[in-house]
Amino acid sequence: MAFTEKDVVTMAHGSGGQAMQQLIEQLFLQAFANPALNEREDQARIPLSLLTSVGDRLAFSTDSYVIDPIFFPGGNIGKLAVCGTVNDVAVSGAVPQYLSCGFILEEGLPLLQLEQIVKSMADTAAAAGVEIVTGDTKVVQRGAADKVFINTAGIGAIPGTINWGAQHIRPGDRILVSGTLGDHGATILNLRENLGLEAELTSDCAVLTPLIAPLREIDGVRALRDATRGGVTAILHEFAAASGCGMSINEGDLPVNPAVRGVCELLGLEPLNFANEGKLVIVVAPEAEQATLAALRAHPLGKDAAVIGTVTDTARVQLKGIFGASRLLDLPHSEPLPRIC
Amino acid sequence: MQYVDEFRDPELAKTLLSHIRHKVSAIAKAGERPLQLMEVCGGHTHAIYKFGIDQLLPPEIEFVHGPGCPVCVLPMGRIDGCIEIAERPEVIFCTYGDAMRVPGRNGSLLDAKRRGADVRIVYSPLDTLTFAEQNPDKQVVFFGLGFETTMPSTALTLQQAKRRGLTNFSIFCQHITIIPTLRSLLEQPDVRIDGFLAPGHVSMVIGTTPYGFIAEDFHKPLVVTGFEPLDILQALAMLVDQIHDGRCEVENQYKRIVSQQGNALARKALDEVFELKESSEWRGLGSIAGSGVQLTPAYREFDAELRFNTQEHQVADDPQARCGDVLTGRCKPNDCPLFGTRCTPQNAFGALMVSSEGACAAYYQYRRGLA
Ligand code: SF4
Repeated sequence: MAFTEKDVVTMAHGSGGQAMQQLIEQLFLQAFANPALNEREDQARIPLSLLTSVGDRLAFSTDSYVIDPIFFPGGNIGKLAVCGTVNDVAVSGAVPQYLSCGFILEEGLPLLQLEQIVKSMADTAAAAGVEIVTGDTKVVQRGAADKVFINTAGIGAIPGTINWGAQHIRPGDRILVSGTLGDHGATILNLRENLGLEAELTSDCAVLTPLIAPLREIDGVRALRDATRGGVTAILHEFAAASGCGMSINEGDLPVNPAVRGVCELLGLEPLNFANEGKLVIVVAPEAEQATLAALRAHPLGKDAAVIGTVTDTARVQLKGIFGASRLLDLPHSEPLPRIC
Repeated sequence: MQYVDEFRDPELAKTLLSHIRHKVSAIAKAGERPLQLMEVCGGHTHAIYKFGIDQLLPPEIEFVHGPGCPVCVLPMGRIDGCIEIAERPEVIFCTYGDAMRVPGRNGSLLDAKRRGADVRIVYSPLDTLTFAEQNPDKQVVFFGLGFETTMPSTALTLQQAKRRGLTNFSIFCQHITIIPTLRSLLEQPDVRIDGFLAPGHVSMVIGTTPYGFIAEDFHKPLVVTGFEPLDILQALAMLVDQIHDGRCEVENQYKRIVSQQGNALARKALDEVFELKESSEWRGLGSIAGSGVQLTPAYREFDAELRFNTQEHQVADDPQARCGDVLTGRCKPNDCPLFGTRCTPQNAFGALMVSSEGACAAYYQYRRGLA
């Protein structure tokens, strides 16, 4: 579809009439083309046998994406909407297979931007081996939404041998992360707040399925989460609450990009609390530590993987500082406000 | 890739710590109270807790968290004044993130934003000039807050505003200056401080000379300090050395940033835009003569309080709150009856709990529940 710079989303694109049909035909159907979608029914029809051949439980997840700005180094809202939900399905051990997507478009959104977003959703899904099989589009008046909101839901099947979950975590287990922390959060903050840092800040937005796949072969993997909003701190608190155990991590072992660290120092923020869009937090039995680390590091997405701490039996989340003193790692009660003075 | 660099080298830290321990044991006499060292600046308080420096030191050293966090000493009435202006329909009110959560009588600026006021967080006051130019039908107000650290950027912004002839820009001035407050602290009979870690960022502007009276008139040692953990440890070692040797001098650990005479350009801008106010109200410390600034006559047209003719808001602090005692080292945060009950970061009563640099917030965040 050849949009020009002047073409924008109008209320007609959400009317159910011709304009909407055109948009669906020429943009969404072309970009996402696959057999289920091409049937153009009101629902995607998926043979159960396809799912049961992979596993014995369904993993089903949904998330909405409302990020500002919608384009950023390393991705855009569309890529994020695919990666986020695919990862939420994949951390259960499932093989993500199908996605739905719902768009809420603000009147006035340039169609070239929408096209770019939809294309990167299609590319990301294809690279992840996932099909976008059903969807929905709504247009709202200018001001009623911020440019574009995307909801995605995804399903996959969990192989019968996999039973990962935070309730399996035990004292003595090891805590790992798959790479540097806070890259996405720092990138977005730099753009959104116009900090103008020239640093090399790039979102880590990525589909984690290939990083997770080899972990299914390792005995002793207890639980996996992707550290999105709330960062690693939030995941550690979730793990602690679900398992009744404590989490103790070592500040000196945390992989952090220098540029991200710079932003954090400047604003008095904590990379552990920043969002990531392509990082796993993994808890494994001590025997599985080396195999897990090796499996992660074998993939480019996991080259900076590190063991960051240990599960303890005192039910609190704490950080051991580089000089040996410990402190509690509080869950921030809301988005941290930057500090200037 | 790691957190550790030249200012965070654990080996160097160990060496400094053992030096401090050694000197302190030579100073301490049996049965004596521990040394009370005041870190004036909230940035130092934060670093001390974050890196657990207080836990690493011998028990003969105690930190007193000073009044050098501008948010912590912000009286409730000033927030009420900001909100009065921010809630006017024609106003875009801009502030540093630090001030958003400080409670006034009718809630915080964050609450005012929720109620519909156009309150925006900025990182540089210069951004507010852009807002003013882009919104000629609005009044853009900047909450000028902080010590000499943030004052130069406010001054620069005002100079620019004047040069550009902006008529829809003004500032709510809550800039304060640390030196008179240190003097007033030292004049109080029951405050016992054995030495000072002086703020690095403020000193970058004012230099080290203004601290001279602390050594000369009050016979206390002082070291100007940076914000990395090793800066703080090195400064502590210098302070303990002075006490050990019976010296009282103004020393500068932060030479890589701070010079004796400070930053002449910044000071010139300050002199053009600001003049000392007769007295200024500090939360928990009361009114301190000569500790605040106002706009000079040449810049008074940019004074938001004059432009919007706001009322003076006087709010008495809760008698149970011990913010002032914490700020002067008379007690520790957890000695306050409100600590962790009526006053938590989620629902702060005092500003010491709101600012991430506040002693109470640092205590709450890093020490609660730890032995
Ligand atoms: S706990 Fe709250 S009220 Fe008490 S001293 Fe600290 S900030 Fe003030």
